Amino acid sequence: MSNFRVAVHIVPRRGILDPQGTAVAHALQTLGFSGVADVKVGRHIVIDVAAPDREAANRSAREMCEKLLANPVTEDFEIATVEQS
Amino acid sequence: MKFGIVTFPGSNCDYDAFHAVTDALGEEAQYLWHREHDLAGSDVIVLPGGFSYGDYLRAGAIARFSPIMQEVVAHAKRGGPVLAICNGFQIACEAGLLPGALLRNESLSFVAETVRLRVENPETMFTAGYEKGQLLRIPIAHGEGRYTADEETLTRLEGEGRVVFRYVGADGRPDPVANPNGSMHAVAGIVSEGGNVLGMMPHPERAVDPLLGSVDGLALFESLLARVSA
Repeated sequence: MSNFRVAVHIVPRRGILDPQGTAVAHALQTLGFSGVADVKVGRHIVIDVAAPDREAANRSAREMCEKLLANPVTEDFEIATVEQS
Repeated sequence: MKFGIVTFPGSNCDYDAFHAVTDALGEEAQYLWHREHDLAGSDVIVLPGGFSYGDYLRAGAIARFSPIMQEVVAHAKRGGPVLAICNGFQIACEAGLLPGALLRNESLSFVAETVRLRVENPETMFTAGYEKGQLLRIPIAHGEGRYTADEETLTRLEGEGRVVFRYVGADGRPDPVANPNGSMHAVAGIVSEGGNVLGMMPHPERAVDPLLGSVDGLALFESLLARVSA
């Protein structure tokens, strides 16, 4: 077994109203970032996990997202990085 | 009839539910600690409001893994009544007892006020004591109550009469101002496919005594009593 650090991104699904993202987008536009078209606010979760290899760590994190970390009704997730630690 | 009220760490409407059942309805109630594995002979399960596990991750996301939830899900699958209020509604959605999800209010504000609900379906075990179209005054208090589901789910809920309560204005119709959280279809409460799980963001247990400003929630408990003890 090796130790891995897995980072996952969880964001509101496209098409689902994200009032927090809208509020942040308006604030950015007010600050003069006129190119900002849309903002989604989500979560970044870092997990330290022991696994036989990188692929297994990735698979395990994916399962964690499906079962708990992301809500399958409203959110999408992606495994951002898997690094041996 | 015995009501089992589940207490999670962070529940805060369990006492209100206890009061509604014992003092207003005159029935028996017991608290069920979330670590228990036994519903102790409860006929009706109440998942009360509050902030179970501090709403960490998502409201209701952690509570659904409490040991007692396995028993609650089994009870629901047997057709046993479950009344899921506010945080209880969030937990019931996370646990898959009800479809959809409850997201941050559109206004981004926590809303605590008395709202007007319209009874859409008086033919459930929770609403038999109401008339169709009856308007109720019931309090809400939540930051994450925006009911969200995909179009297919919403169409199905509407088609099967499973939208039980809707937020409406003084004229008895839904409108954006009367919708306190931006819920799709102004949904305030829905029932499961079997009709035995009711999830609602408003608090009927806080509207059972004139002293509380409304008694419109009492008929919900009376409906359950009439149906379950029959």
